[in-house]
Amino acid sequence: MSALTSRTARKGTTEAAWVRYVLIGTALVFMFLFLVLPLAAVFTEALRKGWDAYFEALQEPDAWSAIRLTLIVAAVAVPLNLVFGVAAAWCIAKYEFRGKSFLTTLIDLPFSVSPVVAGLIYVLVFGAQGWFGPWLMEHDIKIIFAVPGIILATIFVTFPFIARELIPLMQAQGNDEEQAAIVLGATGWQTFWRVTLPNIKWGLIYGVILCNARAMGEFGAVSVVSGHIRGQTNTMPLHVEVLYNEYQSVAAFAVASLLALLALVSLAVKSLVEWRHEREMKAISELPPERPTQPTPATAVPV
Amino acid sequence: MSGALASLPVSGPAAAGGGRRSGARVLPGFNITLGFTVFYLCLIVLIPLSALLFKTFTLTWPLFWEAVSSPRVMASYRLTFGASLIAALVNVVFGLLVAWVLVRYNFPGKKFVDALVDLPFALPTAVAGISLTALLAGNGWIGQYLEPHGIQLAFNPNGVVIALIFVGLPFVVRTVQPVLEDTEKELEEAATCLGATRWQTFSRVIFPSIAPALLTGFAMAFARGVGEYGSVIFIAGNMPMVSEITPLIIISKLEQYDYAGATAVATVMLVISFILLLVINGLQAWQRKRSGGSNQ
Repeated sequence: MSALTSRTARKGTTEAAWVRYVLIGTALVFMFLFLVLPLAAVFTEALRKGWDAYFEALQEPDAWSAIRLTLIVAAVAVPLNLVFGVAAAWCIAKYEFRGKSFLTTLIDLPFSVSPVVAGLIYVLVFGAQGWFGPWLMEHDIKIIFAVPGIILATIFVTFPFIARELIPLMQAQGNDEEQAAIVLGATGWQTFWRVTLPNIKWGLIYGVILCNARAMGEFGAVSVVSGHIRGQTNTMPLHVEVLYNEYQSVAAFAVASLLALLALVSLAVKSLVEWRHEREMKAISELPPERPTQPTPATAVPV
Repeated sequence: MSGALASLPVSGPAAAGGGRRSGARVLPGFNITLGFTVFYLCLIVLIPLSALLFKTFTLTWPLFWEAVSSPRVMASYRLTFGASLIAALVNVVFGLLVAWVLVRYNFPGKKFVDALVDLPFALPTAVAGISLTALLAGNGWIGQYLEPHGIQLAFNPNGVVIALIFVGLPFVVRTVQPVLEDTEKELEEAATCLGATRWQTFSRVIFPSIAPALLTGFAMAFARGVGEYGSVIFIAGNMPMVSEITPLIIISKLEQYDYAGATAVATVMLVISFILLLVINGLQAWQRKRSGGSNQ
């Protein structure tokens, strides 16, 4: 092909320089206004009265109990959804069965339910007028307006995160390696720990990060079931709301800044995971063709 | 949300073909994982959701109708759906622009910008709500320049739209981006060689191939906007009939112990989100068929 045609072709697949600059500029201005400014505002407002006021706001006992409650909720909700996510991905990605796509749709369901509705359904099941309300009252068990309700609502809204990351990943990887391991005499658990898990670890970390960020930051669903008892059933986002409505702007933004930091850390870890994954994929594609197409983990399966 | 992973090929025909039946027999754990999945799904999602429907069926029809069609509730539907629609349309335009710039061009800080797109997924909605309010209120960084000109963006329906643009942006970018990465340069080269202008190439070759993804992203952003609560209530001002969203109606009914009314409105929202979910699923199937066809 002559140099001339290839140059026309290249010119044909990109825009004139000024169009490129205008497009990049517009996109960056939009991102700056809608994403960077709100993020910067959180930290500026939190530090409006200096570092002393900032740390004072964070050392308040109610703030501490909100932080503790948020950590407890995430520590219960994320592992439960992790176990569910792996189990769901295993049965959906590794087998064919009737109703599979219906099951996948049902797993996605919590994403499309409004958080407020998610909170309400637990009130209808466990609340004073709900299905189990009278029974729970008799036995003096509190679920709504107490920690168990908050945990349940959080599990609901973060339900699909890990399963959703793992299903397409495990489907793409297929069954061949697992079948080889089983045929060579590995048990199911050995196959999972030594073959499947190393293959899905990046997707797993990615899902856990997203799930955790949402679990710690959930507001709508938790606000319905928490009852807003200060120092007892207020998670960090709810505590932010209380402070904000009491016009304690610096304190509200100080707690909010911790949540914003959490979001930034989540984004950083997520990007690292993505870059690692990309590098591994690139390394694989550069291998000579006779080598296996998947990253081969140490699969010395004891017989 | 599965930005990096969505571009991976979904279970090739090889996996589903010959090895399917024997695979089901060789790999252990089918019964236990399926059993656990269905059990946990029922416990956390299906049984509580059915409580909502059962509660609705105990209402009489006039009671239900009155709860879901009072003027204040009707005004909240108009605001919720109108604002979600406008926000989703804005996100289609700017989401496509951001995805395009990230896929096609190189500029300093591109990786940073790419990572930042997911901020609305990671930032708790309440934090987004108070910080957008602080920016747009009369004394805020942006508000102080707009207020003298009579432009008010906080504490009215404008605020709702802005909050929903914030939460919806990544849905459009992350559905369009992988598809845009997969479009074939050869087609564009062919179009150019055949004499098309750059704009013709975009509107006739590139746009049709990303249209299904764009529509999916639109539907996802819209669905998210309809249900959104945390980021909106701080900036909306929450005036009845003017800037009160439907999820807030549910909350205020609950606070007045009007469980029947809250349930009725929640059922309406749930039915709408089911419909949107089906639409999104249909769109994604269409998109898969489209991209599958163009690769062959």
